[in-house]
Amino acid sequence: MTGVCFYFQVHQPFRLKKYSVFNIGNTSDYFDHQKNREVMEKVAKKCYLPTNRLMLNLIHKHPEFKIAYSITGTALEQFEQYAPNVLDSFEELAKTGNVEFLNETYHHSLSYLYSKKEFVEQVNLHKKAIKRNFKQTPTVFRNTELIFNNELANFVEQLGYKGIIAEGADHILGWRSPNFVYKAKTTNNMKLLLKNYKLSDDIAFRFGNKTWEQHPLTAEKYAAWLSAIQGHSVNLFMDYETFGEHQWEHTGIFSFMNNLPKQLLKHPHLKFMHPSELATIDPVDEVDMHSFVSWADVERDLTAWLGNEMQKAAMHELYQFEEKIKNAKNSKLLEDWRKLTTSDHFYYMCTKWFNDGDVHKYFNPYDTPYDSYLAFMNILNDMAVRLKRANNPSINTPVLLTEKPSLVLS
Amino acid sequence: MKVLMFGWEFPPVYSGGLGTACYGLTKALAKKGVEITFVMPQGPLDIKGDFVNLLIANNLAITNITIKKVASLLSPYSGSEDYYQRYQKIMQTKGNAEAALYGYNLHHEVYRFSEIAKLIAESEDFDVIHCHDWMTFPAGINAKQIKNKPLIVHIHATEFDRTGGNGVNQYVYDLEKTGMQLADMVIANSHHTKHLIINHYGIPPEKITVIHNAVDFSDGNFQQFRIRKEDKLVLFLGRITLQKGPDYFIEAAKMVLEKDPDVKFIVVGSGDMEAAMIQRAAQLGIGSKVLFAGFLKGEERDRIYKMADVYVMPSVSEPFGITPLEAMVRNTPTIISKQSGVSEVLRNCLKVDFWDVEELANKILGVLTYRHMHNELTILGYHEVLQFSWDFPADKCIELYDKFGGRT
Repeated sequence: MTGVCFYFQVHQPFRLKKYSVFNIGNTSDYFDHQKNREVMEKVAKKCYLPTNRLMLNLIHKHPEFKIAYSITGTALEQFEQYAPNVLDSFEELAKTGNVEFLNETYHHSLSYLYSKKEFVEQVNLHKKAIKRNFKQTPTVFRNTELIFNNELANFVEQLGYKGIIAEGADHILGWRSPNFVYKAKTTNNMKLLLKNYKLSDDIAFRFGNKTWEQHPLTAEKYAAWLSAIQGHSVNLFMDYETFGEHQWEHTGIFSFMNNLPKQLLKHPHLKFMHPSELATIDPVDEVDMHSFVSWADVERDLTAWLGNEMQKAAMHELYQFEEKIKNAKNSKLLEDWRKLTTSDHFYYMCTKWFNDGDVHKYFNPYDTPYDSYLAFMNILNDMAVRLKRANNPSINTPVLLTEKPSLVLS
Repeated sequence: MKVLMFGWEFPPVYSGGLGTACYGLTKALAKKGVEITFVMPQGPLDIKGDFVNLLIANNLAITNITIKKVASLLSPYSGSEDYYQRYQKIMQTKGNAEAALYGYNLHHEVYRFSEIAKLIAESEDFDVIHCHDWMTFPAGINAKQIKNKPLIVHIHATEFDRTGGNGVNQYVYDLEKTGMQLADMVIANSHHTKHLIINHYGIPPEKITVIHNAVDFSDGNFQQFRIRKEDKLVLFLGRITLQKGPDYFIEAAKMVLEKDPDVKFIVVGSGDMEAAMIQRAAQLGIGSKVLFAGFLKGEERDRIYKMADVYVMPSVSEPFGITPLEAMVRNTPTIISKQSGVSEVLRNCLKVDFWDVEELANKILGVLTYRHMHNELTILGYHEVLQFSWDFPADKCIELYDKFGGRT
């Protein structure tokens, strides 16, 4: 038997306003509510609602069909605020028993790289949110953007997870296949579930590309490719927005997905599996990922978020606030600060314009990476003012603009 | 391919972007084997001696270009009043007899130049005519009629850019429009310019080709050093006219200084709004923080670009805009108005709507405060600008020459 394991990533950040220097000390509403609502309503209409309906129908039609989701906390909150019917439809999917939910950081953050303490808190927040909404306690973990290395696998194992998702990057696997379950090096028995990026990208990136030699991709053809694979499982991991948003409806992506389970089930040795089931398989080998790997861009590294000076400075400065924010015991401040940890804010600051740069630009709410950095730093300056005022409400704190706002506090 | 080109200013004569563009384009075309007869007006007071020919013959080793200078008081940015002043100056310094050689007003001088163009067209052999901006259009039209050759008019700026839409000169507008109507093809130096041509001159979009300007820094030597100084410097460099938005610069200065008093603003250039700007700065109580340096060229210009922490081009309407590139190649980050042609092609700079003074002040403060952004803009901007080249625009011009003037 070979498994077919679908996991879809669902995420929306709280996008920031074009927060100006002149807002510092005057307004502490950092989020672009209108933009966030617009995006949510658009994606709900084009992707979440029709795709959830499709998945539900498929489960009713084929009781063997199984899928998994990882839905970030910031997406869940925005469903509640702007599109409660989307949340309802995910809950309905959860009730079928054919849908598994994974854990990650609530805020889709890079906190693991900067603060293990914050990382654990965000993972626990997410765990609670998944439990509350979908009545499940996940055993498989996925870190933001599939950022992974040995040390992280070990740390996450300590938190009690059995399996972890990672990119099946060629430079790590070498001759080995991503279609087997491995053990992550330095862990006791942490199962590594690797994305088959070629087959995943055939759907996520190439599906609608008319210049691709395999276009048009039919469910029959795709099922035949999968049936030829030897191994434990083919792991098809992708953004959920692939359906209807990255691949528009006219490409035929919905009818492809509608037909796919039926075609796959024609091959009797193929079987839908959940990530948690894969995590019970005995590993064939150990995989050593010493350096960080991600699923982003051609580089599969961290440069999309931490590739330039601005990104590093902004991230470093953000985490300088952590202790002071937590000591302030002000839940609104903490919540705002956490929303700033979302990786998207740093992605928008990416200056790797050429090649994959185009992808970055497409999803960037700012005109340039510089605009996003500027807004972010202005917000940190305001946060410093707020903290000072919170600690000492009686004094009128002057607004000082600095590139190290956290120092203003010490 | 032989081109009869009516253009402006070769170095070292320099008064703005038009001359730089003509020179860069002509040089690249010549390198690609296009033979150019370059006709340009040259006034008796503009330069001494025959430096242009000398420079070209001895230093730049450009073949394929024949320069024909026509004694004329036309200058690329002159208006009627400005022309009158030049004419008066000739009368005073050279006497009435010499002044009589030139047109008694701008209209007349443009007409006179176009009559001389007829004589040149008759004696020259060419396949296509290429004209740069309105003053040369009557000359181009005459050349077209004499030899029945295709005419390409190249728009670097329209009357709407120069006046900001207020007080458009009907005579200039009519010449621009006639030139574009009678031309076989119109080249616009940006989409910004193309939109103006469609909306204000009624020229059909399919008759307009956008060819962005470029810059050529390949033979420049830009020593990368910064000049030490106490205060942070914000630079405006350009004509102090409505088109360039100096008033927005002054208003933004006021807002910046309220947040950070250790900033100096330098205005380089001259123009009809200079006095008003000095007054406005004084009125806002920032007279000591805004310095007016007058018109600078050569080394002084180079030095002020390098001294600046940020260069600002807040133009109300800028068909292209070469100065941000000059700043960036000297390692100075720039803020440019979105209403400029250059913003269509430039990535590593900050962009604002010219009217959004608060956002301009926000960005000035940001680039002065956040060193990491300053560095990123400096490094990536420098590399981006070095990649600009006149090769690409020259190739696009050659395509047009082949299409309209190709010999069968």
